[in-house]
Amino acid sequence: MYVVIAGGGKVGVNLARELLEKGYEVTLIEQRRDRYTVIEDELEHVVQYGDATEMWVLERAGVLRADLLVAVTGDDEDNILICQMAKEKYMCERIVARVNNPRNVEHFNLLGIRPAVSATNMILRLIEHEVPKIGLVHLLELTDDQIEIIEVEVLEGAQAANCAVSDIPLPDGSLIISVLRPDGGFVPRPDTLIGVGDEVLVVLAPGLEEQVAAVFNPPASS
Amino acid sequence: MFVLVVGVGRVGASVAKRALERGETVSVLDRDALSHEQLEQGMPITWEEAGGLFTVGAALESEALIAAGIERADVVVAATNGDNTNLVVAQIAKERFKVAKVIARVLDPARAEWYGQRGGIETICGTSRAIELVDHSIAAAEGGS
Repeated sequence: MYVVIAGGGKVGVNLARELLEKGYEVTLIEQRRDRYTVIEDELEHVVQYGDATEMWVLERAGVLRADLLVAVTGDDEDNILICQMAKEKYMCERIVARVNNPRNVEHFNLLGIRPAVSATNMILRLIEHEVPKIGLVHLLELTDDQIEIIEVEVLEGAQAANCAVSDIPLPDGSLIISVLRPDGGFVPRPDTLIGVGDEVLVVLAPGLEEQVAAVFNPPASS
Repeated sequence: MFVLVVGVGRVGASVAKRALERGETVSVLDRDALSHEQLEQGMPITWEEAGGLFTVGAALESEALIAAGIERADVVVAATNGDNTNLVVAQIAKERFKVAKVIARVLDPARAEWYGQRGGIETICGTSRAIELVDHSIAAAEGGS
């Protein structure tokens, strides 16, 4: 498998190192001369000097025969363009893009650059998973398919507390798919009783989050 | 017509001023508040007095684009000093905000050609133009000797 990596920062270099160790063929493209010199000491012919948003640089790196292109520069516009050209001009089958500013995720989605990985967002998700009290946790979002899965904790005084699954008044377009308890998770039956402290996974259509969360949280005291 | 110019450099400022002189509604967006001065070069009154709109913000931030009026723009000109920023902003204008006419200034002839042919947005490449003119001028000199 041949992988072209655009961007020789920490992410790009570490990725190249790991992939080489696993036996992949790798080319790394770095546009800053000083950075290139440093990387070349270690990675030698694997690294090429140039701006990966220039077509001739991508072509010289062998993008036409690449199985995977990874765009991990520090610049979101560059990552978008590199992936767009790799996909549409050079018919590269798989791409992976790094999102530096999580606010730009919407642009990657709009322009069909997938998967787009934001380290900031991933860390945020982890923090939210550790601290579920701050609300619901998005576990999975399939934007194209208009489906997402959230995790929500059943709190004292909630409508759903001590209620059988079939009696929980969930809005249309949502469904409880799992219950997580300290001794393990399981798929509930319609007569399974939901208790306070249970963590519930719900699959739902985007936009229903608040309605769903309201069922598992106590009514807001005024 | 409502014209939004993103990026007030030499090209953006001149294009914005010309459109305003023709009587269009012109809004400009630049991340640098001081670019206002460039805009007012050679103008007897301020940009705002002349009827122009000015917003400070980053080209890729949707809030900034909306504040600058992209939702009612008939034309968007992406003229920052970065080719890639211009190409991304132009595509956002086209795909998300459905702007009728979108023009991106692109210095790299290869990218300008490919994105121009790809459709949706128009690309203008000053570099290609300069190459042609210089080449033509040299050829004329050769012919004359």
